[in-house]
Amino acid sequence: MITRRVTIRNRAGLHTRPAASIVKLAAKFKAEFLIEKDGLEINGKSIIGVMTLAAEQGSTLELRFIGEDEEQMAEAIQDLFERGFDEPLA
Amino acid sequence: MSASPPYREITLKGIAAAPGIAFGRVYVFRKDELVVQERRVAPGEIEGEIGRLQSSIDRSKKELTKILAFAEEKLGPAQAKIFEAQLLILDDVVLFDSVNKRIRYERMNAEFILHDEMEKYFRLMSSARESYARDRAMDLEEVRNRILRNLQEQKLTSRFDGSFVIAAHSLGAADAMILSRNNVLAYVTEAGGATSHMALLARALKIPTVAGVHQVLQHLGEETEVIVDGYSGTVVVNPSPTTAREYRGRLREHEVFEGTLSELRDLPAETLDGHRVTLAVNLELREELDFILKQGSDGVGLYRSETLLIGKEVFPSEEQQFQEYRAIAEAMAPLRVIIRTFDIGGDKLMTQQTRENNPFLGWRGIRIMLDKPQVFLDQLRAILRASARRNVAIMFPMVSNIKEVRLARQLIEQAKDELRAKGIPFDESLSVGVMVEVPAAAVIAEDLAREVQFLSIGTNDLIQYLLAVDRGNDIVSELYQEFHPAVIRFLRRIIERGKGGGVWVGMCGEMAGDPLATMLLVGLGLDEFSVVPNMLPEIKKIIRSIHFNEAKHLADRVLAMDTEDEIRQYLTAVMRQKFPDIPLAQGQPVPERLT
Repeated sequence: MITRRVTIRNRAGLHTRPAASIVKLAAKFKAEFLIEKDGLEINGKSIIGVMTLAAEQGSTLELRFIGEDEEQMAEAIQDLFERGFDEPLA
Repeated sequence: MSASPPYREITLKGIAAAPGIAFGRVYVFRKDELVVQERRVAPGEIEGEIGRLQSSIDRSKKELTKILAFAEEKLGPAQAKIFEAQLLILDDVVLFDSVNKRIRYERMNAEFILHDEMEKYFRLMSSARESYARDRAMDLEEVRNRILRNLQEQKLTSRFDGSFVIAAHSLGAADAMILSRNNVLAYVTEAGGATSHMALLARALKIPTVAGVHQVLQHLGEETEVIVDGYSGTVVVNPSPTTAREYRGRLREHEVFEGTLSELRDLPAETLDGHRVTLAVNLELREELDFILKQGSDGVGLYRSETLLIGKEVFPSEEQQFQEYRAIAEAMAPLRVIIRTFDIGGDKLMTQQTRENNPFLGWRGIRIMLDKPQVFLDQLRAILRASARRNVAIMFPMVSNIKEVRLARQLIEQAKDELRAKGIPFDESLSVGVMVEVPAAAVIAEDLAREVQFLSIGTNDLIQYLLAVDRGNDIVSELYQEFHPAVIRFLRRIIERGKGGGVWVGMCGEMAGDPLATMLLVGLGLDEFSVVPNMLPEIKKIIRSIHFNEAKHLADRVLAMDTEDEIRQYLTAVMRQKFPDIPLAQGQPVPERLT
């Protein structure tokens, strides 16, 4: 299992469009993918779960990856978060 | 519910959600109240119940796929992404696994379980204080209601004749999108605020909208006269003559301009000194045909056949494709319809997941089709069969060398032989063209011109490839410059060399529908413009108000400039002076991005 802590960087936070980007990217990997925020843990491959998270700009999330391609998956997902989902940052 | 005489004027305040003033009669858009009943399901009917849910999901996918494609055409992929998210919800394995499990164990009907399961998520979201949570909840709710409606096999009427102000309790983003295919004057809703996705869409669609008007439907019946002022967030019900006059004064300024546009419908796209160009439209969905026919175009310059693949696991059969192509060709006849063969790969949908490091430089467009000759032949036969009325042409995307064109034309010959052998009619002299969107194709335009009957410039990709800029990448997207001097000089080269080679040269990228570019493109000698349908009147108006010589002169001046800023400023100044009424993209408020 790989654990990564990430910060939400884009202005609008984890809203519908980034949720779609995360889930689409996650679907390309086999590993299990969990996102935890404030004690609530959801499946990162489920868009409805990701949309349920209330993650504003600046909040931190813990990502967990479990499975054969967990390393590549962790890299790719972390990168997406670090790019602020390619959205305006300010 | 209907307003009672003597039609007293009432002024209601709401939230100004999208600017503009509209004056008209009300059409009340009613979505039947979704009543979710709790019902036991007999053990023998459990699988049937799950199947019923699945077909409702499938139907919902189909509906949303169309809405997504329509939104992409009208608003571009970034803004349309909201519908992509809604589609992803329909594929949510976690959600539907647990819904299916619960139907099995609790033996309750699908509506009840789905509704109940999604309530959990709404509860979680409503406890969030974060400001965007409500928008996300509305997206979920819109998808849930769509599935429920399909489960209950309710039909939703989203088509009407005439021009109306749409009034509704609430409108989702998908509702606003699909209703906009009609002549919508304005939207008025009881629920919703300025930040909702629906309001953002209305702004992008330029439909005046007032949201959050408390109990407005109580004051409105069918055909009630209203004024909707989307600047101040005001709705005037049964306006008095004085009020009406006041608002009409402001409205008239808009109408004068709109009126001159609709008068142009049956007039040719011809300059004052008689230089005629072909003004066609880009078509994605059959549903748009009615609207397109009303616009007065010279045909379809680009039909994106890959929209037939959205949501499909396999390529549609020759017969399925034929039905689609024939319907379009017949609706447009005798006007020409150019069908572009499947342009998949890059950022466009792919039925298989093929991972490439650099999809824009990878397996896409004609490259895929030449690697799948059976799929290609199915499509070519379908197009040929639809050409019997002699108004169909074929165009290949992503061509980068002559060999691809020759191979593709061999396949057309093979398809023709097969049809001939079966005695199936088709157009023996059907035109074949290529899209010029790879710089290499532009450089060899004169050679390509010997192989085909026309060239059509796809500016979106051509500019990205020429300037080495991915415009979807925020960091560099400012470098994507439609009026970069290199782009303009490249366009001149393609047009000159193509025409010198004896073929006509058109353009089907976004630039063709940009009013700022129209005079320049006419001056460069472009023969055909294929534009998004709602831009057609404005482009035609420009073409009909200029002299060819003056456009050529303008093009010469632009070709001598060495920065995009200089070119834009010059073109903007010319446009503002000649056509103060025509909005230019940069002069308009840019709609906020949809979240």
